[in-house]
Amino acid sequence: MIDPANNLDEVCDILIDNGKISKVAKNIRNGADETIDAGGKIVMPGLVDMHVHLREPGREDKETVATGTYAAAHGGVVSVLAMPNTAPAMDCEDSVALLKEIIKKDAKNNVFICGAITRERLGKELADIAKLKNAGVVALSDDGASVDDDALMLEALKQAANLGIAMICHSEDKSLSNAGVVNAGFTATRLGLRGISKESEYKRVERDIRLAEQAGVKVHIAHVSCKESVEIIREAKKRGVSVTCETAPHYFALNEEALLNYDPNMKMNPPLRSKADVEAVKKGLIDGTVDAIASDHAPHTENEKEIEFDRAEFGVVGLETELAAGISELIDTGLLEWRELVKKLSLNPAKILGVNKGTLSVGADADIAIVDPDKEWIVVKKELLSKSKNSPFLGRKLKGSVGYTICAGKIVYKG
Amino acid sequence: MKEKAKILDKENISRAITRIAHEILEKNKGTESLCLVGIRNRGVYLAKRLADNIKQIENKDVQVGALDITLYRDDLTLISSQPVVHKTEIDFDINDKNLILVDDVLYTGRTIRAALDALIDFGRPKSIQLAVLVDRGHRELPIRADYAGKNIPTSLKETVEVHLEEPDGKDEVVIVEKE
Amino acid sequence: MAWQKKDLLGLEELTREEIELILNTADSFKEISTREIKKVPALRGKTVVNLFYEPSTRTRVSFEVAAKRLSADVINIATETSSVKKGETLIDTGTNIQALKADIIVVRHNSSGAAAMLARHLAISVVNAGDGWHEHPTQALLDIFTLKEKLGKIEGLNVSIVGDIAHSRVARSNIWGLTKLGAKVTVCAPKILIPAGIEEMGARVTYDIDEALKGADALNVLRMQFERDESAAFPKQLEYFKNFGITGERLAKAKKNIVVMHPGPINRGIEMSSEVADGANSVILEQVTNGIAVRMAVLFLVAQAAESKKDENTH
Repeated sequence: MIDPANNLDEVCDILIDNGKISKVAKNIRNGADETIDAGGKIVMPGLVDMHVHLREPGREDKETVATGTYAAAHGGVVSVLAMPNTAPAMDCEDSVALLKEIIKKDAKNNVFICGAITRERLGKELADIAKLKNAGVVALSDDGASVDDDALMLEALKQAANLGIAMICHSEDKSLSNAGVVNAGFTATRLGLRGISKESEYKRVERDIRLAEQAGVKVHIAHVSCKESVEIIREAKKRGVSVTCETAPHYFALNEEALLNYDPNMKMNPPLRSKADVEAVKKGLIDGTVDAIASDHAPHTENEKEIEFDRAEFGVVGLETELAAGISELIDTGLLEWRELVKKLSLNPAKILGVNKGTLSVGADADIAIVDPDKEWIVVKKELLSKSKNSPFLGRKLKGSVGYTICAGKIVYKG
Repeated sequence: MKEKAKILDKENISRAITRIAHEILEKNKGTESLCLVGIRNRGVYLAKRLADNIKQIENKDVQVGALDITLYRDDLTLISSQPVVHKTEIDFDINDKNLILVDDVLYTGRTIRAALDALIDFGRPKSIQLAVLVDRGHRELPIRADYAGKNIPTSLKETVEVHLEEPDGKDEVVIVEKE
Repeated sequence: MAWQKKDLLGLEELTREEIELILNTADSFKEISTREIKKVPALRGKTVVNLFYEPSTRTRVSFEVAAKRLSADVINIATETSSVKKGETLIDTGTNIQALKADIIVVRHNSSGAAAMLARHLAISVVNAGDGWHEHPTQALLDIFTLKEKLGKIEGLNVSIVGDIAHSRVARSNIWGLTKLGAKVTVCAPKILIPAGIEEMGARVTYDIDEALKGADALNVLRMQFERDESAAFPKQLEYFKNFGITGERLAKAKKNIVVMHPGPINRGIEMSSEVADGANSVILEQVTNGIAVRMAVLFLVAQAAESKKDENTH
C-alpha cells in the first residue's frame, strides 16, 4: 500500500465501509462482505487526472462522460477534471448545470468541472467567475487557448484566487507558434512541416508566472513540454512564487523522432520535443519542479486523425496508459520512487485543485486503484475502452496493469 | 550446387567457335549483309569472338551489337530476384541484314523469344539465325539453333554453366547439380 | 544488390547503393528513348495512376511518357475533375484506385507525408511525385543523374542550391541524395527562406550568392514559389533577382564549366536571366530528357519489387 499523504509505504489491509475508508492496519479480520486479495500488488489512492477532455456536451462522437470515465477507471483514475472546451463551453452556469446533470446520470466515477476563463474561450471578455464558482467549478482554464490580453488575465487570476478556484494555464502565444504542427527545428525541416517554436510556450509561461507573481496569487501551468519552461518554473519556485505545473506522459516517454513516419497519433499541442527537452522534463519530475502528471486526454475520431498530417487534429488519449507509462519510463528506470509517482498522479493534483482526494486516510472517500506493477501488456486499439483510439502508445509494450478500480467503495473496473 | 562434370575446356570452346564461324560464312555465302548480335552477358563475348574468327578467315569486319533482354522477359521474377537491366547497344541498322543472334546456352527458348521481340522493335532483318555454344535441350517453345557448339543432354536438376575468360577468368563449360 | 522496396517515398531512407542502382538502371533506360520505336514491354498490362492533387503539367507528363514507354496503361486523375472535390479522403481515393487493380500510384499532394500515409494504407506501389515541402525524389534523382553524366561523378563535387529552401521539396531530396553520394552541398537564400537545422541535413549555409557560386561545380536554381507566398517579409521579385538571381555576370565569376540546373518551369528574370537559362552552362533541357529515363527506372524497379513480393506470398 502506498499512501503519500500519510507517508505510508508498507504491506497493509484496508477496510471500506459505506464508501469511506474506515480502517487502515495490518491483518484486518473484520469479516467483510467482500474481500479483495491484493497480495503482490500495489494499492494506491485512485488517480486524480487534472486534465481530461470528456468532449460531452457537443462531441459525443469522440467521447462521452460515460465512456470517458469508464476509460479512466481502466487506467486506475477515479477523479478527473473535465476541461471546458465543450459545445457549449463551460463559460456560464447553465452550461455547468447541464454538464452536472450528465455527470450525475452517466459518470462512473468522480468528475470535477473546469470552467472557462473567458466567454467562449475567445480571450475577449471574462466569464462570470463568481457564478461559475457557485455552479460548482473547481478550476478555470481556456485550455486550447491562452488569454493574450495581460490585463484580462491579471483580473482573472485575482478573481480566481479570491474565490479559491485553481487557475490552469494553457501557456501558448499563438502569434509565435506559427500555425505549426510539430516541434520547430531539424525534425520539422526534414519532415517538411511547419514548426511550433518552444518560445511560443515558454514565453507565455513566463508571462503567466509574472502576472501571478504581480498579483500575489497561485497559478498552475498545464502540459509543460520543454526545457525552458521547466527552468522558468524552477526559478519562479525558488523565488517563492506560488506556481505549480503538470506534464503529460507523452512528454517524458516520447520525443520528436516518433514523428518520422508522420503518425498522426503523435500529433498534439504542445508537440513532442527533443531528447534534451525530455531529459529536462524528467529532471523536473525528479527534483519536484513538476508537481503533477496529467494525461491531457484528447479523444478524436478516426476521420479526424487518420488523414494528412497537417490536417489531422491535435491531441492524444491517455487515461488508460498514463499510469503504465509512468511505471515503464520512471519507476522501471529508477528515476522515481513509487511514492513520488503516486503522489504526482493523485495527491498533488488533488491538492492543486483543492479537492479532498488522492489519499488513503481513514475517513477519506474509498477511491482506490489496485495495480499489478509487473504485468506487461501491449497497447492495442480493441482493448482501449475510450471511444477514440488515438493513442501514441499503440503497439508499444507498457508495464503495470490495473486489476481493480474502486470509487466510493464500489468496484467500477475489474481487470 | 556442386560441379558434376566439365563438358568443354578451353580448346574445345575455341574449336567450336571456329567451326561455327565457318558454318555461318558457308550458309550466308560470305559476310555481305551479315551482322552479329550477342545476348547479354556472355553472348556478347561469344559474338565478339565469332567476329574475330570471321575477320581471320575472310579478312572482313562484321558489325557486333549487344542486346539486353531483361525488359522483354515474360517473367519479371525469373532467374534471380533482381534481373539487372544493362544497356542494349546496337548502333547499326539491322534492316535487311542476316542477323546472327548469339547466346551461350539454349535451354527453354524463352530468352530467344524475348530477344526476337526486342529485335523486331529495332527493324526488319532479312533473316535471324541463332548460334549457341551449348544446346541443353528441354525446349518449351518452338525455337531451334541454326549453329550449336555442342549438344548436351541434361536433366532438369542440372544447370549448365559457361565460363568465359573475359568475365570469369577462364574458358570452360561445366554441368552443375543442385544439392 | 536487389531493389526491395515497393514504394519510392523519398531519398532520406535510401542507402547509397540503392540510389546508385536507380541511376545505373536509368542509364540503361536512356537508350530506349533514342530508338525509332520508343517502347519496351516491361510493364505491359500494368496500370499506373497519376494522382495529382496539385497542378503540374511537367512532372505528370514526364511520368506518363515514362510509363507508356514501358508499355503500361496510364490513368490521370487531377483533383478538380474527380470525386476528390466531393470531399473523398486521400485514403479512400487510394483504396478505390487499388480496388480497380491499378499497380502503381504516382502521387503529388500538398501535405508533407501524404505519400507515406498512402503507402502505409495500400498494398500497391506508391511513388512520391512531391509531397508538400517534404520530398520530390524523382526530381533529385534526375538532377543527380544529369550531374553524373556531365561531370562523371558525384563524390567530392561542390553543389550549391539556391532559392526558397525552406519550402522546397526539391532542395530536401537533393540534399539527401547528394550527401549520401559524397557531394558537398551548400544552400543559399535570404535568411527567412533557410529552415532551421538544415545544417544537420548535411548542408552548409550561406546568404551570399557569390559565396555560393565560388568553387561550385554545379548550381541548382529553384523556382521562387510565389504562389506559396505567405508572410509580409517574403522578398519581392526584383529585389530577389538583384540579390540572388543568376546572371551571366555572376556566373562569369564562377568555375568556367559550372553546370547550371533548374527543375522548371523557369521564372525568367527572377531566379535567373534568359542569358543563363539558354546559355552553354545550362543543362535544363537535358534534365527533362533524363527525367524520362529516371522515371522509367523507378517505375520498373518498384513494379519488380511488388511482383517479387507477390511471388513470395504465393510460393
